[in-house]
Amino acid sequence: MIEVQGLTKQYGPVTAIRDVSFRVEPGQVVGFLGPNGAGKSTTMRILSCFMPASGGSARVAGYDVLTQSMEVRRRIGYLPESVPLYTDLRVAPYLDFVAEVKGLARGERRRRVAEVMDRCLIGDVQNRLIGKLSKGYRQRVGLAQALVSDPEVLILDEPTIGLDPRQITEIRSLIKALAGRHTVILSTHILPEVSMVCSGGVVIINKGAIVAQGPIETLVEQFFPTARVEVEVIGPPAAVREMMRAIPGVVSVHDEAITNGAGRYVVESSRDRDIRAEISRLAAQQQWSLLELKRVGTTLEEVFIRIVAGEETTAEAGEDAAP
Amino acid sequence: MRVWAIFKKELRLYFTSPVAYVVFTIFLLIAGYFFYNIFAFFTLASMQSAMNPAMARDLNVTDGVMRPLFSNVSVILLLLMPLLTMRLFAEERRSGTIELLLTYPVRDGAVLLGKYAAALVLYASMLALTLLYPGIVAYFVRLEAGPLLTGYLGLVLMGATFIAVGVFASSLTENQIVASITTFGILLIFWILGWSADYAGGAAGKLLQHLSIIEHNESFARGVLDTKDIIYYVDFTVLALFLTLRSLETRRWKG
Repeated sequence: MIEVQGLTKQYGPVTAIRDVSFRVEPGQVVGFLGPNGAGKSTTMRILSCFMPASGGSARVAGYDVLTQSMEVRRRIGYLPESVPLYTDLRVAPYLDFVAEVKGLARGERRRRVAEVMDRCLIGDVQNRLIGKLSKGYRQRVGLAQALVSDPEVLILDEPTIGLDPRQITEIRSLIKALAGRHTVILSTHILPEVSMVCSGGVVIINKGAIVAQGPIETLVEQFFPTARVEVEVIGPPAAVREMMRAIPGVVSVHDEAITNGAGRYVVESSRDRDIRAEISRLAAQQQWSLLELKRVGTTLEEVFIRIVAGEETTAEAGEDAAP
Repeated sequence: MRVWAIFKKELRLYFTSPVAYVVFTIFLLIAGYFFYNIFAFFTLASMQSAMNPAMARDLNVTDGVMRPLFSNVSVILLLLMPLLTMRLFAEERRSGTIELLLTYPVRDGAVLLGKYAAALVLYASMLALTLLYPGIVAYFVRLEAGPLLTGYLGLVLMGATFIAVGVFASSLTENQIVASITTFGILLIFWILGWSADYAGGAAGKLLQHLSIIEHNESFARGVLDTKDIIYYVDFTVLALFLTLRSLETRRWKG
């Protein structure tokens, strides 16, 4: 549904993104991650036909964003990062204007506007001036204008920024519900959000280039090839370390802390083996007191930090991404 | 249909913000003051001419009231029109709404047309309110319809040009004040170009006179309909709108 091929954008001498390629399959929700200034907004502006790329090509809903921009624009809903709205208009007339510009017929327009206000939970402010609304409401009005034409593709630049925790949950479930019928690409800083919402995987961009992409589990396996188990046990530290290291499949054993006789260790092993049973047997044999034994999951956050930090050390000097 | 949507939105924005009300009020206040003075002066002159029949022969309301009124109204327009148009694109750029507007399935030309038409209709309705003055005149004396019509046509055409220049200036910047001053500057320069025509003389003088934005309005006020004048305003308008379109397109190659 979205195909990006070798996309490059230069602002004068500054390269904002370089050779960006990824694809999003129909009906998927894909997270677009990266630190500030990595090129997320630039990519989204190109996808939404606001500005052209300096090189490469992008197809949205089967049409080229440069040569068939009108066809693309008919099929997308876009929410820019700054949520620009006409502050002097009231909510319902504003949405009606958007629906009309997007080419909806009068009767359909009324139905869609009512529907989308209902979905985005802004029905209670429909007669208020947009300029007088709180940030949370504005954000939802912004989302409503993207949804009003029921577009195939949604391009959302940080859709949950500035919302309170309850609203975030509501918007997340709204976006989640869009999957299947709509193809969504959304950028965000909030990594747990991605794990929750983005069923279609993630694309991670740093300093204008894609550094990783794929389903979250695949990325976790790729960047954290080992499974980790945390063990808290009372026993002679040296022996504990050595004997756990000897279990087949174990790659390494780290001390975390030793407090009043109990040692905390992190045991890394290959992913295909569950070593917890063996550790507990070992503890029983050696008459150590096993206080805790648990598997440690890898969060997307750790993956993200590892990828971006890893980039940092290998990145060539002198190049910088534009905001 | 999309032009219509944008047209409606722009008109709505004019009336939900105080801009339209303020400009209308100030315009009518000053225009009314001018009308009162001109009409009072004309009344005085006609009373004096009652004693002197030779003078009365040269006295008519078209030349004595409507022409000076039209020329005074032009000056008010020069000052006020930049304020009506400065918002059109500058505000969209400042608030970022242009990023959404230009990603909707609507061509730049349709956006421009919608905005231009909204400003033009607003201006025309403002002008329509001044029809009260010839109405008052016509209550007392017979007023020739011809020169009145051409006079208003002249103001509409000149205003259309002012708006086109204003829209262009507004598309250049995200600062409304800059847009307004630029518009005023361009219009004033074209206004005073004709002044040096007398000294320049020859072909240059003729050219300067032809470029003068106010010179072309004189004949309308006199009741003369000259295609040369109509073409001047139409050309000027089309050129300014064309440049606006180009200026909107710069985002395609500029960062």
